[in-house]
Formats: sequence, structure tokens, C-alpha cells
Amino acid sequence: MPATQGGEIALDRVSRSYRSRSRGGNEVQALAEVSLRAETGELLAVVGPSGCGKSTLLELLCGLQSPDGGTVACPPAVLMPQRDLLLPWLSALDNAALALRIAGLPREPARERAQTLFVELGLDGFQSAYPRELSGGMRQRVAFLRTLLAGKPVLCLDEPFGALDAITRSEMQEWLARTLAREPRTVVLVTHDVEEAVLLADRVTVMSARPGRVVAQLEVEIARPRARTDPNVIALRERALAALGMDTSR
Amino acid sequence: MSSRAARMLPALVLALALLGAWELYVDLGGVESELLPAPHAVAAALWSNGGLVWHNFTITAEQVVLGLGLALLAGLALAVAIHLSPLLRRAVYPLAVGSQAVPIPVIGVLLVFWWGFGLFPKLVVIALICFFPVVVTTVDGLAAVDPEQAKLLRTLDASRWQTFRFGELPAALPAALSGARIALAVGVIGAFIAETSTPSTEAYSGLGHEIMSDAGGFQTARAYAATAVLFGFAVACFYALALAERRLAPWANQSRGDTR
Repeated sequence: MPATQGGEIALDRVSRSYRSRSRGGNEVQALAEVSLRAETGELLAVVGPSGCGKSTLLELLCGLQSPDGGTVACPPAVLMPQRDLLLPWLSALDNAALALRIAGLPREPARERAQTLFVELGLDGFQSAYPRELSGGMRQRVAFLRTLLAGKPVLCLDEPFGALDAITRSEMQEWLARTLAREPRTVVLVTHDVEEAVLLADRVTVMSARPGRVVAQLEVEIARPRARTDPNVIALRERALAALGMDTSR
Repeated sequence: MSSRAARMLPALVLALALLGAWELYVDLGGVESELLPAPHAVAAALWSNGGLVWHNFTITAEQVVLGLGLALLAGLALAVAIHLSPLLRRAVYPLAVGSQAVPIPVIGVLLVFWWGFGLFPKLVVIALICFFPVVVTTVDGLAAVDPEQAKLLRTLDASRWQTFRFGELPAALPAALSGARIALAVGVIGAFIAETSTPSTEAYSGLGHEIMSDAGGFQTARAYAATAVLFGFAVACFYALALAERRLAPWANQSRGDTR
């Protein structure tokens, strides 16, 4: 199941507009000629301000939308949405195993298949807890495991840690890096946290707001594990912020 | 146990206070005891007619339980059909609303003509009175599923049936159960209407019949005794369903558990 081959993504001059109801039915351009690529097993971070079309980008990759122009080449991808969207009526383990149930496994075999990773990802003891009984970080772990167990070569993560407090967030970033080292996938991580992008990604695509355009592509060639205080990390973070048009020297 | 007793206390205190006020009102001559028998006279009538009341109660209780079962089945099936088919929604909803305005005595004889003097026509009446709240709450519950959740299920390659099975159906369950509680509250009076508006043989007379003949035959205390039994039965059914809810939708319950 771990996909170490055939996970490369290529977007070529992709545009996408939609009619916005909140803007009086006007045409809004979400993406304008966006080109980007990710090799198999790479983690591509996409950073940008709100309204840069990041969510649209992920829905294009997952096949939930089609582009108006340009081409999207992406193997089967699965979305981890911004909110965890765990089903409140399923236990944590059953939520993690949801994709297996949908693939046709009965309840018990699905649980058994999910059990190993559930324990390895630090969730042991919470198998039968309902989502509302879990902390925010725990819920994100379960949601990530559900995404992982969908068995697709590409994972699309939409600001997975955006709603967490700072301490939990940095724990979860380390956890994600460890997990991906064990279960390699091609990952597209959308975030508005530039530091998160630099800490986790192999390359960073910086986008501008409406319409979403690529304003910078940065390769991150820093050895892992990366520390926030590493001068290379700080330098790259400043370059990304500069590309976003933010002056950080003051 | 002590906390459960503490939770029942307000209802007990209020019931006792009302009974006391009622007793005083009749004893002090506020109303003729043929019109309104005092609680002690009702209790005495219940005691001395225990066998008769019990016999009729079992008949009515069976009707209520089976009738509600029929109402739930019909209501859930109709709700799912309406949810899945916009065409059916447009076709069926107005008729379902209109059905609630039909005075049962008008169709009582027709139902007996179709299905005889036995149990079934009475179940149909109860179902007709009770199915509507189940339909409305379940349709709303099915439609209220988070669209993002539906989208997520789609990216996990869920089929239409799987989206229904894993997403919409459990999401609608608490609403459907609320509908069932409303149905239950009217189910007991529904049984009364069913008994008194469909002619039947002695074997299917029940408490409704007894109350009507007692009220007409100056057996007011016995009519009130039978009414008290219906009252208690409705309350018992309501709490039995609340218990069932905890079983059926355990995820929905703990967050509002203490209000029970």
C-alpha cells in the first residue's frame, strides 16, 4: 500500500473561476495560470494569504472540481479537510478505519487493519472514544490516519493544524514528519504558516491572493529533523515572507 | 439511585401539589363530584375495578405499541423516500400534511369495512395520527448533514448508499428519535380516538371504550381511573423511549445527559 512510485503531480497553467453568490453572482477567479509539480514521495507546501485559491487547488487535485484551463495530472488523491470532520457517531478507531469500510471490509477486519497504525501513531487507549471525547490534536491524528488508510498515493492536507494551539501544533508537526518518514506518500500541504511550510516541506510554493498565482517556488534543501532556530530555516522563512510581500526587517 | 430519585423529585412534588389542590377543590364543594370526582374517589374506583381496568389497559397498550411501531416504520420509510427523491418530496409532502386534517371518525367506518372489526383498523388510525412528526423531523435530519462531510465521504470513494449509511442516516437518527417522542406523546390519545371512532367487537374495546361508556353512564370516577392509567402509560412510554435513545444514539447523549 505505501506508494513510493507513481505519485508525481504536475499542474500546468491551471485556471479556475467560479460564480460567487456572496459577490452578486460575479465571476471570481480563484486560480490564474498556476503551474507546480511534486515528485513521488515529496512534500509540497503551498503557502499564501486567505483567498489565494488554496482550497480550490486541493479540490482540483482530488478530482472534486475540474479546471477551466490548463491541465492537472495527479494520481488518485485523498483530502484531509481543514476541519477534522470525524463522524460523531463512530469511535476513534472506526473513524480511522472509515475508508477501509467504504472499500468493502466488514467492521472487524477494518478495525484490525487500522489497529496497528492507530497504536503506532500514539493513539492507543482511545480506540473506543467518541470524537467529542478527544482533544483537538488527537482528532487531527485520527483524521490524518483516516486519510492515510484510504490507500491513495497522494495526500492533500488543507491547513491540518490551523485550529490548534501553538504547543500542540509544533508537536503535531514533528508527529507528521515522523509519520511520513514511516509511511511515505506524496503530500500537498496547504498552510498559511510559512514556518510550518519550511519545517516540513521539500519544496514551497508561495501564492498571491485573488486571483491565486504562483509568486515563488523554493527548494528546501535542509537536513531533517529541522529546528525552528536553524539559521537556514530562518533564512528560507524570510525569503518566503518576502515573496508574500511582507517586510520582516522592521 | 439517589441522584435518580433527586431528579424525579420536582415532578413528584408538582404532581402531589396538583392532586392536593384538586382534592381540596372538590372536598370544599367547588364542583359536583359527579362532574369531577376527588382523587381519593378515583383511587378507590381504580382499586375496586382493578381487574376490568387492567384488562382494558392491556388491549389499549397493545394498540399503542403496535400502532406506534407502524407509524415509525411508515414515517421513516416515507422520510427516506422523500429525502432521496425530489420528485416524491413534491408529490407526497402536501398529501402528508393534508392527511393530518382528516377527522378520523369520517373514515373510521370505511377502515372497518376494509379490514374488519379487529385490531388492524385501529393500528392504521394510530399510525395516521402519529407518522407525521416522524416524517418531518427525519426529513430535516437527513437534509441537515454537513455538506463538507458529504464531500469528505466522496473523496473516500463512498457510493450513494455508503454516504447514506455512514453519513446521513446516523446524522438523522437523533432527529428521528425526537419525532418518535412527539409521536409517542400523541400515540396514547391516538389509541383513544382509534377505539372510539372504529366500531369493534368486545375483544378490542380497550380503555377508550370504557371511558366513553363510563362517562355516559354516570361512572365518572371509573372514567377518571381509566384516564389516570392512560396518563401514567404515556409518561412511562416517553421515558422508555428516552432510555432507548441512549442505547441507539450514545454519541448524542452524554453532552446533554444531565437534563434527563
